[in-house]
Order: sequence, then structure tokens, then C-alpha cells
Amino acid sequence: MLEIKNLHVKLEEEDKVILKGVDLTVEDGKVHAIMGPNGSGKSTLSYVLAGRDGYEVTEGSAELGGEELLEMEPEERAAAGLFLAFQYPVEIPGVGNMTFLRTAVNAQRKARGQEELTAGEFLKEVRAKAKTLKIDAEMLKRPVNVGFSGGEKKRNEILQMAMLEPKMCILDETDSGLDVDAMRLVADGVNALRDAGRSFLVITHYQRLLDHIKPDVVHIMADGRIIKTGGPELALEVEQNGYADILAEHGLEGVV
Amino acid sequence: MSAVEKQNPVEARLDALTIPEGGFAAPARAEALARLRAMGLPGRRDEYWKYTNPADLVAAMPPVAPAFDNGDETPVFDAIDRLKIVFVDGVFDAAASDDLTLAGVEIARLAEPADISWAGGLYGKLEADGQTPVARPMAALNTAAATDGVLIRVTGQAARPINLIYVHSSETSDPILHHCIKLEAGAELTVLENGPAGARFNKVMEVDVGEGARFHHVRAQGRDHQRRAVTHIFARVAANALFKSFTLTANGVLTRNECVIDIVGDDAVAHVAGAALGDGATGAFHHDDTVFVTHGALRCESRQVFKKVLKHGATGVFQGKILVKEGAQKTDGYQISQSLLLDDDSQFLAKPELEIYADDVQCSHGSTTGAIDETALFYLRSRGVPVDEAIKLLVLSFLADTIEEIEDERLRDDITERLEAWLNRHQD
Repeated sequence: MLEIKNLHVKLEEEDKVILKGVDLTVEDGKVHAIMGPNGSGKSTLSYVLAGRDGYEVTEGSAELGGEELLEMEPEERAAAGLFLAFQYPVEIPGVGNMTFLRTAVNAQRKARGQEELTAGEFLKEVRAKAKTLKIDAEMLKRPVNVGFSGGEKKRNEILQMAMLEPKMCILDETDSGLDVDAMRLVADGVNALRDAGRSFLVITHYQRLLDHIKPDVVHIMADGRIIKTGGPELALEVEQNGYADILAEHGLEGVV
Repeated sequence: MSAVEKQNPVEARLDALTIPEGGFAAPARAEALARLRAMGLPGRRDEYWKYTNPADLVAAMPPVAPAFDNGDETPVFDAIDRLKIVFVDGVFDAAASDDLTLAGVEIARLAEPADISWAGGLYGKLEADGQTPVARPMAALNTAAATDGVLIRVTGQAARPINLIYVHSSETSDPILHHCIKLEAGAELTVLENGPAGARFNKVMEVDVGEGARFHHVRAQGRDHQRRAVTHIFARVAANALFKSFTLTANGVLTRNECVIDIVGDDAVAHVAGAALGDGATGAFHHDDTVFVTHGALRCESRQVFKKVLKHGATGVFQGKILVKEGAQKTDGYQISQSLLLDDDSQFLAKPELEIYADDVQCSHGSTTGAIDETALFYLRSRGVPVDEAIKLLVLSFLADTIEEIEDERLRDDITERLEAWLNRHQD
């Protein structure tokens, strides 16, 4: 369970406050979606949870399974079960995708006091999981994300998620830059990972991803806060009417 | 000469040497000596030595440098089936070396009194040609005074690589070695070099790559922190031939590696690459790659790929030039020099140059200096990779282009292991 309480965040280098008191609880096995206009703080929330530099938490907490995330290094958060699928996955020339995956899997196992996977065990698992995501052997051998299409990069993110088996998955605009077929493939990959012990936080601009990854709860974020929470119907409402009405209810007309 | 009178540095240096006499190389030595006296030794004011102070390299006597203990590390190339030729402080070690016999290859030594007609035409020849347009006095000194080296003539496909192994034992040794390698048409050879050689080292390798021949060179310069070395490669590359050289340099107070490549035949390929790792915390680190590639024929390709990883006040230098002569049309010349600075104390000095006298060519050069990419670092850490391990992966990622220049996968893996081991030893 992810429990975020009264989270306030500003940029480290500037006096710009981005999150102004986020409260959010994602129960085990649930899929929550966060929607909101540009600049509402959605991506910042994902980065702060994952531990990216450049942000300063001024107030509040974020616990995963009762452990305070905000005190941890990014790699410790990962070992604790947090995973962030990047909006723009990073290219790392000269490091094979397979080497990267194995290093990550074994680093996490080591941090948790588990046996590291042998080369054989790892290979067997990665091949099986790659196959369901239509990731071929060639893509596994290539350097991390180098020369990958937008769809391949996002599938590679989901493969990492499948291999790392996190408790809490954050998907930051995973649908951006994807055509319908690629989006379906990614969504199928995510749905296959849905499990009673695993939660998801899906950040998106559009309803269309939520047609494929059905959320239990939808939140609307604006001006650094969650201003409205509802069921899947809330996403449809946004799709039809835009954010203007909801923002107006909260006196935030100028934000869009 | 009175004690107070200031002696000419060239004469002071020569006084400390005994120039071998007689033999096939005698005329070339005499000419080199005349060249050296005319040029003088390099000094701080020489444009070509602007970024690298040659004082320790030109001094009459070398600074005292104890041999370095590599600990229990397996020597590089140990797993490779190769013919070993060992020099200890510049002196040939017959007991440690293999028999100098290899099918398709003739191997002799410079110090053996023999009249080798092919070597007479090569010894000092490419070095002399390489003295224009830029003077290289340390190479002329080498030709004049080298005490030993190997003379290799390849007529076929060498069955295994030749490994020149240099061992540093004496803290005052000052070896000068000169190798000549001639590949006849269609021949192929891989030369491996490793080890620090002496307290101070001056080495020249002249390589004549005949038509359609293929020459591969992979070098690991040893881990001596107190290494002071100046090396030159002079290569002449004929039509349809391939020349490839890669150097790994880790540590070393002062290393200057010059590579002068003359592409004289059509459709030839010449690649030269280097990866340098320097940590000023283990003593000073100064590493200089100076490269000069001349295109004098049609449709030739050259690549210069140099990368340096620097920390704790280490200094890296790159001077690289591509000269395309008139008529050398369809030349494809590429040059990249990059440094990764792991802290704010280190520096990289680069002078990339292009000089082109043909109108239908494609040449590019680039040089960058940067720190570890924070976004990539976060990406790796967010996957659970600890920060030290993540930095190591990103350094290997940075150096990957240079390693790619090694064709043989076993050699590539061996060099990569050395890089990883160095990074593991230098995590702070």
C-alpha cells in the first residue's frame, strides 16, 4: 500500500512550489489513475516518489508498505518495491539491455537478502517474459533503448517491470508517443502483471489508456493537489468536457 | 666543458646514452642523430608540446621510479594463445620468451647482429617521413639510440598474435625500444603489447602494411603510477589494406602516445582508438594522445576514437589531425575525442584539426567534455542499481565506442575486464 500524506515539494534550485499538499492512498491490488492538465504536478509526484534529485520535500510523507520512501536512496526505494516506468526511457549506449536487466534484478535481490539469479535462471525468465511483450532476442542484445522506437522503449519499460516484480508501479504517461497497437501491447503487458499484491498508479493525459488499463479509482490533479477523486466515470467525464468545469469548481480557472 | 657552462639538452641526453654501432641500422641511426641535433629536444615552448610538459621525458636521466606491484591480477592477454616476446627493463628475456618462430612470419631482433635487407629499408624510414610537417624529436632520438626491438616480416596469415611484454624491474631503467613490422601483400598479423617497460620508456613502432594486408594492434600500457612513457607508431597503409590500433592506458604520471598514419593506397582503412583512465589521487596523471592521419589516396577511411575518464586532478590531452591531400577524393575521415570528468578537479585539453585540399570528401570531428549524465544515473538507480555500480556502467557505456574498435571479441572482453577492475579499484 502506498500512502502519501500532505506532500509538499518545491524545486531545489528555485523558489517554485510544485506539490501543495498531496494526499493519496493506493491500496494493494488496486489501479489508481491520475489525470490532470499540463503543469499540475503529476510527473513531479512520480519523480519525487522515485527519488530524483532536484526536488525538496518541505512537508509530508510517502510510505510504501509502512516504510518511509522519502528518506531512501532511489535504489533503496526500488528494492523496497517501487518501480517508475519513465515517460522518456533513457538510452544507454554500450550497455547491453540484458546486462542492464540482470544487474538490476540481482542488485535488488541482493538488497533484499535473496540469492542472486544465475545466468541460466535469468536467461530463462527474461526470454519467457520478453516473448509475451513481443520483445525479440535482438532487442534484448542491443544497448539499452538505443535505436528503439517509441513503442519498443515503452515495452522495454514493461519488461523491466515484469522482471523486477515491484509492489508499486508508477506509469508516467506511458501512452505518450504510442499508436493504438503499441498501446494495446503495453496495456496487455501491464494487465498481465495485475495481482492482489501489486498496485498501480497510472499517470496520463488521456482517457484512452484507461480503456485498456481499467482503473479502480481516478484522481484529478491540478495546481499541485488532488482536487477530485472518483470512479472510472470521472475519466470519461474529463474526456467529454475537458478539465474546465472541474477546475472552475475549485476556483482554478486560470490554471489550464 | 666547464661544470658551470650550460650544456645543450640534446648533448646532455646523448651523453647519457650509448648508441649501438654497426649493423644494418647504422646508416639510419646516423641520419636520425643528425635530424635530432637539427631539431633539438622538445620543450615547453614548442606548440606541439603546449599541453604536455616534456621535461621528464627529455631529461638526461629518468626520475627514479620503483616497479609497481600488480597484486594478484592475472596479466592481460594471459588467456590468449600468443607468441610471447619479453623485455625486462628493455633487455630481451629469452627464458621468459617463446621461440621466435611462427609460420608465415619472420622474427628477428634489432640487437642481434644480422643483416636483414627488408628491415634496412624500413628502420627509421617511416619515422623520418613522419617528421614533416611536425617535428617528432623523441622518435628521432629513439631511432638513433634504440638498443633493441623486434623486426617482424609477415608473408602470410599469422597463426597467433605476437605479444610484446614489457616488464619494469629496475627503478632507474630507461629503455629505448624500436620495432619494425612489415606486412607483405595480403598478410595478416595481430600485435599485442602490455606492461610498463621501465622507469622511463621511449618506444617506436614502424608498421608497413602492404596491399590488402591487415594489421591489428591492441595495447595495454600497464598500471604503474610512476610510468613516464613516450611512444610513437608510424604506419604506412597501402591499397586495400587495414590498420587498426587500440590502446588502453590506466594510471601513469606522464604518457604521450603519438600515432602517425600515412594512407598511401586507394580503398585503405585506418582506425586508431584509445581509452584512458586517470585518477590523480594515486599520484599525478597526465595522458596525451597525439594523432596525425594523412590521406593521400582515393576512397580511404580513417577513424580516430579517443575517450578519457578523469578524476581527482587528472589531465587528459588530445591533439588529432586529419590531413587530406590534394586528389585524395572520396575520403571518409572521422575523429572524436571525449572526456568524462568524474569531478571538478580534472581537465581535458583538446585540439582537433582538419586540413583538407580535396573537394569531394567527408570529414568530421567532434570533441566533448562532460560529467556523468544525471538522468541516466537516476534511471539506473531507479531500477535498483546502487550508485557506484550505476556510475561504473555509465563509464563503460562512455568508453564503449573505443572498445568496439577491437575486432577480436576475446581481446575486447579482456580489455573490458581491465576497465571494470580499474573502476572497482577507483570508486572513491
